[in-house]
Order: sequence, then C-alpha cells, then structure tokens
Amino acid sequence: MSTMAVPDVAVAAVDQGFWTRNRKVGLVLLVLGLLAAVLFGALATDQQARFTLSEDAAGTALEINGTFGAILFGVIALAAGAALLAAVPKRWFLLVLGVGLVAFVLSFLCWQVSAAPAGQNFMPLVNIIRGTFILALPLIFGALAGVLCERSGVVNVAIEGQLLMGAFSGALFGSISGNVWVGLVAAAIGGAFISLLLAVFSIRYLVDQTVMGIVLNLLAVGVTGFLYERLMQTNAERYNSAPRFSNWEIPLLKDIPVLGPALFRSNIFLYLGLLLVLVIHIGLFRTRWGLRTRSVGEHPTAADTLGVRVLRVRYRNVLLAGVVAGIGGASYTLALYSFTKNMIGGKGFIALAALIFGRWNPTGALLAALFFGFADQLATYLGAINSVIPSQFLAMLPYLATILAVAGLVGRVRAPAADGKPYVKG
Amino acid sequence: MEPGEIHALLGENGAGKSTLMNVLYGLYQPDEGEILVDGEPLKLRGPSDAISAGIGMVHQHFMLVPVFTVTENIMLGAERTRGGLAGFLDRRRARREVVEVSERYGLRVDPDAVIEDLPVGIQQRVEIVKALTRDVDLLILDEPTAVLTPQETEELLTVMRSLKAAGKSIVFITHKLGEVKAIADRITVIRRGKTVGTASPEASRDELAALMVGRNVRLTVEKAAAKPGKPVLEVAGLVVDDDRQIRAVDGMDLTVHAGEVLGVAGVQGNGQTELIEAIMGLRPTLAGSVTLDGEQIDGWSTKRVLRAGVGYVPEDRSVDGLVKEFSVAENLVLDIYDRPPFAGGLALKRDAIAASAKERIEQFDVRTSSAAMPVGTLSGGNQQKVIVARELSRPLKLFIAAQPTRGVDVGSIEFIHSQVIHERDIGTAVLLVSSELDEVLGLADRVAVMYRGRIIGIVGPDTPREEIGLLMAGITPEAATEQAEARPATDGDAPTSEEEE
Repeated sequence: MSTMAVPDVAVAAVDQGFWTRNRKVGLVLLVLGLLAAVLFGALATDQQARFTLSEDAAGTALEINGTFGAILFGVIALAAGAALLAAVPKRWFLLVLGVGLVAFVLSFLCWQVSAAPAGQNFMPLVNIIRGTFILALPLIFGALAGVLCERSGVVNVAIEGQLLMGAFSGALFGSISGNVWVGLVAAAIGGAFISLLLAVFSIRYLVDQTVMGIVLNLLAVGVTGFLYERLMQTNAERYNSAPRFSNWEIPLLKDIPVLGPALFRSNIFLYLGLLLVLVIHIGLFRTRWGLRTRSVGEHPTAADTLGVRVLRVRYRNVLLAGVVAGIGGASYTLALYSFTKNMIGGKGFIALAALIFGRWNPTGALLAALFFGFADQLATYLGAINSVIPSQFLAMLPYLATILAVAGLVGRVRAPAADGKPYVKG
Repeated sequence: MEPGEIHALLGENGAGKSTLMNVLYGLYQPDEGEILVDGEPLKLRGPSDAISAGIGMVHQHFMLVPVFTVTENIMLGAERTRGGLAGFLDRRRARREVVEVSERYGLRVDPDAVIEDLPVGIQQRVEIVKALTRDVDLLILDEPTAVLTPQETEELLTVMRSLKAAGKSIVFITHKLGEVKAIADRITVIRRGKTVGTASPEASRDELAALMVGRNVRLTVEKAAAKPGKPVLEVAGLVVDDDRQIRAVDGMDLTVHAGEVLGVAGVQGNGQTELIEAIMGLRPTLAGSVTLDGEQIDGWSTKRVLRAGVGYVPEDRSVDGLVKEFSVAENLVLDIYDRPPFAGGLALKRDAIAASAKERIEQFDVRTSSAAMPVGTLSGGNQQKVIVARELSRPLKLFIAAQPTRGVDVGSIEFIHSQVIHERDIGTAVLLVSSELDEVLGLADRVAVMYRGRIIGIVGPDTPREEIGLLMAGITPEAATEQAEARPATDGDAPTSEEEE
C-alpha cells in the first residue's frame, strides 16, 4: 500500500525512452511482414489461391494470384508494423496490430493454398470457420469457468477435471435415461461436483488452490477411467450410448453467407457457449453480482467491511464455474462422440491459457479460444493439403504466442489481486 | 458517546484501540460483554449489522479496491440497482449520490477516478464519503493521520469539525497527543485493553502521556550535542525505481557524517524505502553512486554491505527483519551465523549461539521467557529490540534505522532511542528514516526532508514543525511565503457559529 502513494505526476514524468511496448511490437510486426513478403512471396506459386465461400471447391470464391497475394498481404503487415513503429495513437494500437497479424496470416495462406497440389488449391471457408468454433468450444466453456472462479479469487486449475467429469456424467446419465436434457443436467452437476471439492478444500480448509486443482484433475481422470472400464466398456449399449443433440437451424441467421452455414446450423452447445460469453461479460461488469465478485477477487477485506459475504460469493462462483465447465464437457459426449478414457486430453489446460491470454475477461477469453481453435483447424487443413509445414509445428505456435502474451508483450496482464489467496477473517 | 461529539480514543500501539473498534464494527466477535446503542443492547454479526445500526469506519489500512473507480468503491455492498432479478447497476444514480455527499460535506473527490491513481489523502476522503453515503451517525476513524502530511491532517481536522457540526459523532483513534488536544471534546485513554481514564482536552500533554503509558515518560530524547566527524555515507545522484518500475529516488544527494544522526522526514511513499534498499544492495541502482568511507558500494551484494560495517533495521520487521518461526537466539545471529565463534566447519555451534544470546538479551532488555522461544511470540517492542541487538553487536561505520519504533510500545521506544544516541556517541554515522516527525525531530542532528525522490531541504531539528510540514508537502520556504500572500485563510471555512448550536 505504501508505494501507492506515489503521485501520478511522477508516473507521467517517467521517461520510457524510444522503445515503448508499442514500438517493440511494431518492430516484431515489421520483421514478420518483411518475412512474409519476401519468403512467402518467393515460395508461393503463380496459381490462383481460392478461398471458396462454401464447404468444397464449388461455388463463388475469393481468388487471388498466389505470389501477388503473398507479397501484397506481407506488405500490408509490414506497413502496419511501420505504423506502430512511427507511434500511432494509443487507441489505434489494437486495431493496427490486428490488421497486421491478419495480413500476415493471409500472406501465409496465399502461399500455402497456391502451393498445394493441383485440384486442392482452394480453402473452404465454411469448413474452416465451423471447425474453428467446434475446436474452440470446450476452450470457451473452460475459460469461462476460469473467469467465474478466478474473478472471485479462487484459482481454477481443475478446469480439465470439471470438463472431464461433465463429459462423463453427461454420457452416463444421458445413456441411462435416454434423454439428452437429463444428460445435460447431469453433466452440469458432475462439473459442479469437482467444483464443490475445490471450493470446500480451498475456501474452508485453506488447501493451496493450485495443488488442489491438480489433485482434482487426477481424481477426475481416475474416477471416470475406472467407471469407464467397469461400466461403459462392459455394457456400452446401456451406459455409453447417450442420445445426441441434433443441429438447430436458426431462422434468418442461417441464411447469412458463409457464417450462416458455418455457425447457425449447429448444435445447442455453440449457441449456449456464445450466449454465456455475453451473459457473463455483462454480468461481471454491469450487475451487482459482478461488482461483488470482482471486489472479492481484488480486495476481499474491503468487501467484507462493506457487508459482502466473501466466502459465500466464492462458493457460489466456484460452483457456477463447475456448472459451466460441466456443460462444456457434455459438448463432447452429448453432441459428438461417445465417452472415452481421458477424452478431454489437456483442453482444460489450454482453456486456462486462453483465460490468461484473454486477461481474465470473458470476451478476451472467447477471442483467445477462437485463436487457439483456428490454429488447431489450420493445422488439420495443412495436413490435408500435404503442406511442407509439419502440422505439429503449427499446432505449437498458439502456445508460443501465449507465453509471449503472458510475458507482457501484448499489454500488461494482471490477474485479480487476491487470486489464489484464501480469505481468513481478522 | 453523545451525538455530535468528537471522542478521542488515546492509547499506545497495541493497547487495544483498533481491536475495540473492530468489535464495534462487527469485524470481530466479542468474547464477553455487550454494546449499547440508545440503551438497547446491540448484537453485531457482521459489518452489515454495524452499517445498518449507523456505524461507519475508516480503517487504518484503507479498505478500497485499487482497480475500481471511486463510485464503484463507494457503492459496493449497498449497490443501487435498476430493480429486477438481474441486479443491473444504476451507475448514474450512484455517481450522483457520490457527488451530492461530497459536495454537502465539502469533500471533493472525482467520482470516476480509479483509486490506485489517487494520492493517499484523497483515498482517505473517499473512505469518509463511503461511510457518509451509508448515512452513519457514528464514524470511527482509525489512526487517520498516520499517512498524512501536516497540511492534509489540518484539512482532515476541518472536515471532522464540519461533520460534527452536521450532528455526526466521531470516534477518533490515535496516539498523537497534539491532534487529540486540537479537536476532541472528550478523551478516553486505553491501556492494555482497559479504560484507564477519561480526560478533557484541557489536560496537559504530560498528563495524557502519563495516563497512556502508566508512568511519566520523557517525550524528548536527552542527548549531548553531536560531534560530527568525516563523511561516512555519501550518496550522489542516486536514481532508483520502485517495484512498478516507477522512479522512486530521482537524483538524490545525501551525506551522513560520523557521529551524527541524519533524520529523513517525509510522507510515506516519497522514495524513503527505495533509498534505503538501494543503499543496502536490496534494490538495483540505475544511476549515481553510494560510497561508504570513500569506497563505492553500489552494486555490492547485501551481505558484502553488511560485512563492510553497515547495521540495518528494516522498516517492516516481520517481513525483512526476523524469521518469525526461528528462536530468539537464532535471530540474533542471522547476520553472522556462518562465522566463528558461531560456526565451525559445516556445523553451527549451538553453545556459542546460546551463550551470546543470553548476554545480549540481558544487555538489550529483551523480555522473553527463554532464548529458545520463537521470536514471533514476542511483543512488537521486544522483537524490535532483538533486531537492534543483532545489528548493534557488530562494529559499525553506518547504522541505518528505518521506522525503528513503528508499532513499538513507549517503554521500548525510549530504550531504542537511547541505543541510537549511544551508537552516535561512539562515532557511528546514523541514518534514521521515520514517518513519525516527533521521532525525527527528537533524535536527529540534521533533518533531511524527502519529497518525490529528492531531498527538498535540510534543516535543523529545532525548525518549526509547520515549516517542515510544508517541506514534506513539497513547498520550500521561498514558495511558501509567496503562497501565503496569495492565499486568504482557506482553512477557516469551518463554520464556527454552527458548532455552538
């Protein structure tokens, strides 16, 4: 507290020198743009790179000459970098950075698509967008669970376990009852169960929250694995054949070109995920619940002196997080696949990265999740067109980006001040 | 308590003032006894009960969420919503209420400012506004002046007078006698958790002090005139950043001579902490130099600085001064445990450690049942004596004492002060940093006032407090005279006529 007394005049007087953060980012972007224009431009072929507005090669397409496109977008990225280097106003920073990064990716795609084997040099945008959202979906639910938990000051490393437990109980009770809705509720309860353990041990018994989260992940793997072998494998018919939500077409929206077929002919989970992002974002910043949640995550003692019941807020948020993650788990077993051992496969931890990348903000988490989902989808696509870039290399890039982001390159990342600190009265 | 009364609660640190008020505010539960409001016993299960009973509190450590705006902080817990289940916040209305209350009581705050950007004095104002929006009749101020400059204190007293005029009762917790006499209607003195007496503000300072500590204490430190020798510590052009990479020490020059006490006064957060840490090698210096006896020591490790003959009492003893779980004896050798006679080969020599501990516990009057007790179980004053004992047991060239008597009882303060003077008299250079102006004035031979990372002036210890207060607020004597002419007494707007109603 004592250092907070530094008057703001002193802050303004601090001379950051020429290399502000924006300029450093600009320099990186400039180098990337140069790389794209020269290298991608050289490697691209003279074939047309086609981005079709459908699920296959047919129909209308955006076309551009491969070499020309790679160089053009490379130069755009380069220009964006140069603009940042020349110090654009602060509020333009994110926009210019976004344009630069997208241009870099487009340059890369022009090279890849134009260099693909004959007959395959097209990219079906509908498939790419749909795939991006499907792959991002568990990350969205997981990261939202993280937001709910950590904004109230409880570190949630147990997202993986919550997703897995949700997937498992969704499959089990969905199968037994033969009803998707029963499965959905069971999934929510399954996720909340893991949350309850996290809440009781970290809030009541003050166990280290990170350690507790890891233990709960292992517990979820163990319990679901054991029951999977005992029940589901012996009698898959009865215990592991849950009904699935069918796709719902949203009137009007489904007719939007590209986005319509990609997003609005999907199952309930995609709609629910997007809706939850909106609801939690508004809730967090515009309602009493949100104000209290954030105060408890930042300065629980202050909240307590104003009559906010700190522990109750934390219990409630941790449980809500479990519900959200549990539903996220069910997006696997009640829509896509039957349950398999450890089927979440680390997505919970990636959701944690999305949470941090998205700066503990629901909308930020959504964008981060989509970024990861897109990279994942791109890796699959490049595999399909026999790209020279190993798909594993591409799959690695988002995490590299996360490390850079967490290290503070894309703005200061600040966790809620009381995140991970148990609250003890007095 | 009567309505419209300012009641001062006076007591030493650790006398139980804050605990009592935390009970009154519902934060702690009483083990026995009851609280009466208007003759009715009041049961407080939590702060919300206290608030609805009309009791508000401004805590010693502010209870504000640093990343929230002023309005958000004020409405938290008593949110205005637009009705409905969702509980959407009505920010506009909340903001209007903040503006209204702050105008009614003359407490100017920007409702949209973010707390962490505000200076401490304004943050305190936000705390008071927060209590007032909750319609309290009784306002508890817990050590409100500890972090303020003398001018800000003066402003606060004005605010308190106008609140009183508006019929609010105020409990004013402090251990500063001057403020009590200036404002209180009634004074209750507390010692070791018991009321030891009530007094009127006409009582003399000595009487009050005697009540507070239970015997007559010297308020001034007796000392002979200093005999300054050659310069020992020389700081030149020093630049240091704080933890947030914000400049804290900004081109500072300072010299401390052998055999003198140089006191650094200043409002907390003006770079004192960073200055000391930089000298001790705990914090990197960005520019400038620190020399000890002609030898440049900046960039040295802390261990090397200590070995070069620097004694250091850190400002936060529980974090930087002691290992609480370790015994008194172990804490007494934390600096030299790896040297003979305390270490031989790879092993510690327990006997030697115990013997030296016994000796020093006696010499420094550390009150503990045994040298093997964990140091965390001792009282604040005795913990501090352990640190002083440890640091003064080496031959020193320079003794740095940061807030040496913070949270220490009066008896221990006297003892520590006499040790500091003794160290000076044997020819050590002493650098004293304290936020207690009385302490600096009592001990120092020269007073350096620090403001925004620089020494804004060096004055003698007999300089009037007002002048030093202005320096602490960044106003040099030349600027002050100009301002005094331009400013008709703004402090005088407390409506004295209303007070008599």
